[in-house]
Amino acid sequence: MSSPIDLVVQTISEKINPIDVKVINNQIEIIIESRQIISSFQFLKDSSKCQFRQLTDIAGVDYPDRENRFEVVYHLLSFKNNLRARVKVYIDEGSAIDSLTSVFPCANWFEREAFDMYGIQFNDHPDLRRILTDYGFEGYPLRKDFPLSGNVEVRYNEIEKKIVYEPVKLQQDYRHFDIQSPWEGTTYKEEEQDGNGGK
Amino acid sequence: MAIAATPEIGSQELEDLKQRYSDKGFIVTNVNNLINWARTGSLHWMTFGLACCAVEMMHVGTPRYDVERMGAAPRASPRHADVMIIAGTLTNKMAPALRKAYDQMAEPRYVISMGSCANGGGYYHYSYSVVRGSDRIVPIDIYVPGCPPTAEALMYGILQLQKKIRREGNIVR
Repeated sequence: MSSPIDLVVQTISEKINPIDVKVINNQIEIIIESRQIISSFQFLKDSSKCQFRQLTDIAGVDYPDRENRFEVVYHLLSFKNNLRARVKVYIDEGSAIDSLTSVFPCANWFEREAFDMYGIQFNDHPDLRRILTDYGFEGYPLRKDFPLSGNVEVRYNEIEKKIVYEPVKLQQDYRHFDIQSPWEGTTYKEEEQDGNGGK
Repeated sequence: MAIAATPEIGSQELEDLKQRYSDKGFIVTNVNNLINWARTGSLHWMTFGLACCAVEMMHVGTPRYDVERMGAAPRASPRHADVMIIAGTLTNKMAPALRKAYDQMAEPRYVISMGSCANGGGYYHYSYSVVRGSDRIVPIDIYVPGCPPTAEALMYGILQLQKKIRREGNIVR
């Protein structure tokens, strides 16, 4: 006996030749190579068995230690099968990935967001500009090597009568929140069992 | 009528005023008091709702708190407004727009900074995209603390602003 999800997984693994397909929490996870992205999504959208008609979101993930630094995650929804799928593509910092706008027009702004936050380049994108960050913003804020407080801050300059950008100068240090000891002198259960009896 | 105008008036004084008004048909006051009465009684605010604080700002205008009974009403245009309520997180990208709206307001103009984010960056103090306090962009008269402040807190802020206007009592600001 095969459930709808097994049928879909079987179709996918036969037709689009992915690197890996698995089912996690009744959601399909597909890992594909970046050059086969357009044909794969065309198939996932149009094939009568899958019918993933909606692209819900595109997310980026940064893993600085990996050989291929970025992971682009596409979230798909099939109303027909009541199924969700995640498609993952691994790419490196210098390389680009094909834009999905020809298959899903809604990918336009999602890809702009991924470009804005991670600097992931998309080939043949109609309008690859920044979408969320400030005009003239430099850097890609969701990369792990981007400083938390950024590089510039704004202030109104009373002499020039305009908003000016200046290097960040924090008035207050970063705070370290130690959630293990909300106050000093607490004995924890593990320590009591170990025989340490506190600090 | 300047009866309600005179600040911190006792009921005895109010009775006197009433008496004088009904006897003579007019009352005498000074220009400062009259101007302060007009200013405190028509604090039309410019809505600058940027985040969840904006919802509390809406509550203050709706019937439960009904700040209109103190003469304050929301205005869509900065050119109509006397006070700007910055309600929410002010980002770097929004800062020039906020300043532009402030510059369009007619004097005398006042600013209420509402909530932690507008006061000093709040939760987003260390963020790369948030202004660490809207007082870096415009001068602030009243800071209302809270995350978000309740509608009562904002109303108290408006009352404090009225008090401040009365205390200053300047014609030219």
